[in-house]
Amino acid sequence: MRIVDAKLITDAVARLCVEANINLPRDVRGAVRGARETEPWETARGVLSTIEENSELASTLGIPVCQDTGMACVFLDVGRDAHIDGDVYDAVNAGVARGYAEGFLRKSIVGDPLRRVNTGDNTPAALYLDIVPGDKITVTVAPKGFGSENMSRVKMLRPSDGADGVVDFVVETVELAGGNPCPPIVVGVGLGGNFDKAALLAKRALLRPLTEHNADTYYAELEAALLEKINALGIGPMGFGGRTTALGVNILAAPTHIAGLPAAVNVSCHVTRHASEVI
Amino acid sequence: MARRIELPLTPELTATLRAGDAVALSGVIYTARDAAHKRFCELLDAGLPLPFDIRGATIYYAGPTPAAPGRVIGSVGPTTSYRMDAYAPRLLRLGQLGMIGKGARSAEVADAVRETGAVYFGAVGGAGALLSECVKSSEVVAFDELGAEAVHRLVVEDFPAVVVIDSGGRNLYEEGRAAYLRSVAELSD
Repeated sequence: MRIVDAKLITDAVARLCVEANINLPRDVRGAVRGARETEPWETARGVLSTIEENSELASTLGIPVCQDTGMACVFLDVGRDAHIDGDVYDAVNAGVARGYAEGFLRKSIVGDPLRRVNTGDNTPAALYLDIVPGDKITVTVAPKGFGSENMSRVKMLRPSDGADGVVDFVVETVELAGGNPCPPIVVGVGLGGNFDKAALLAKRALLRPLTEHNADTYYAELEAALLEKINALGIGPMGFGGRTTALGVNILAAPTHIAGLPAAVNVSCHVTRHASEVI
Repeated sequence: MARRIELPLTPELTATLRAGDAVALSGVIYTARDAAHKRFCELLDAGLPLPFDIRGATIYYAGPTPAAPGRVIGSVGPTTSYRMDAYAPRLLRLGQLGMIGKGARSAEVADAVRETGAVYFGAVGGAGALLSECVKSSEVVAFDELGAEAVHRLVVEDFPAVVVIDSGGRNLYEEGRAAYLRSVAELSD
């Protein structure tokens, strides 16, 4: 059993909130560059250049890529042989509060969905805990902006809808979103589980680097088919028209009930951010 | 090449703008998003004045990050505009001429743009760092307690935007996508 001081989690979360918001991951930058090089539509190439210029400038100046520095989605994969000394929820929220203050990040969380008073420090985080083998703790912070979050959907499909039903639902979701979620988008798809599990799978799918293919060839092919259909919609960067509507489609699937085919689409913008550390 | 425009806008000028035109805006703009728009309408309901002269004004749907030391403002890109659709027609009818945001608008907003001779500009969403470089001064003029949602008076220089909905009723989201898809269809003919 390894004892881990909860303060180490606070420190990591604080660092990662700042890092994720300032330095866009290499795979996302690479995908935008690749898209610009192959985009046939001039307006679209112009928008993609602006997006590249913006992420470079943010890194150089050490300021956020986007003013929506998001809700802090925190994933803690806790090794079963690690013991956290302290309250893990408090530790994560203390890290979010510190990171958002020290990094000059925007505080975008209200304490109640209807009464809407800003909590002032961007807490609480959306925290997901998993128990994994080993004695290490992997901390991932994925700040999520709501321009794209608002375009996300869950639908309880019928088993008879099958892969075609999934494709129709995902493409329809992207089409309805249009220019709102800051395309080119990254599309996280969660299939199976139950109502809530599908949504979490869709969110987790966004963490997979765009340079990696799905390990399951069946789903790798479905992802490629979806990306092709989405990029035939013509929505283009910022919705001004063009081929590059999405940079990638990532699917995560899980066992489900004999009566169901839950499907969730978590839409993410071209500022798809995440950063990790291992404690 | 972007057309340089000095703010405030005038009805004569907005009448010459066409969907798809690239513009560079210089002058005063005001930031306001969901909570500030709600407050504007509450003030109007109570018969009270708005915190700035709405006539001819351009409102930028944005909530910046806090300014780091030595900087005028933090990152300040556009937020998604449809959330302001419930409030925008009322402000346009009071004389607001410009809106800057991103994403589609309701039919009610498009109708109000046509009726009042206003304009809806799109800025590149997610380009908050780059757009902050165009801001020369920033001060909070209302609702400081709203934090990120407070109303800021910004002086901008060559702020890049594109005309999305013009006073003639044209819409870049519809036309841009259709033009691209036509070009693809022509290639495969």
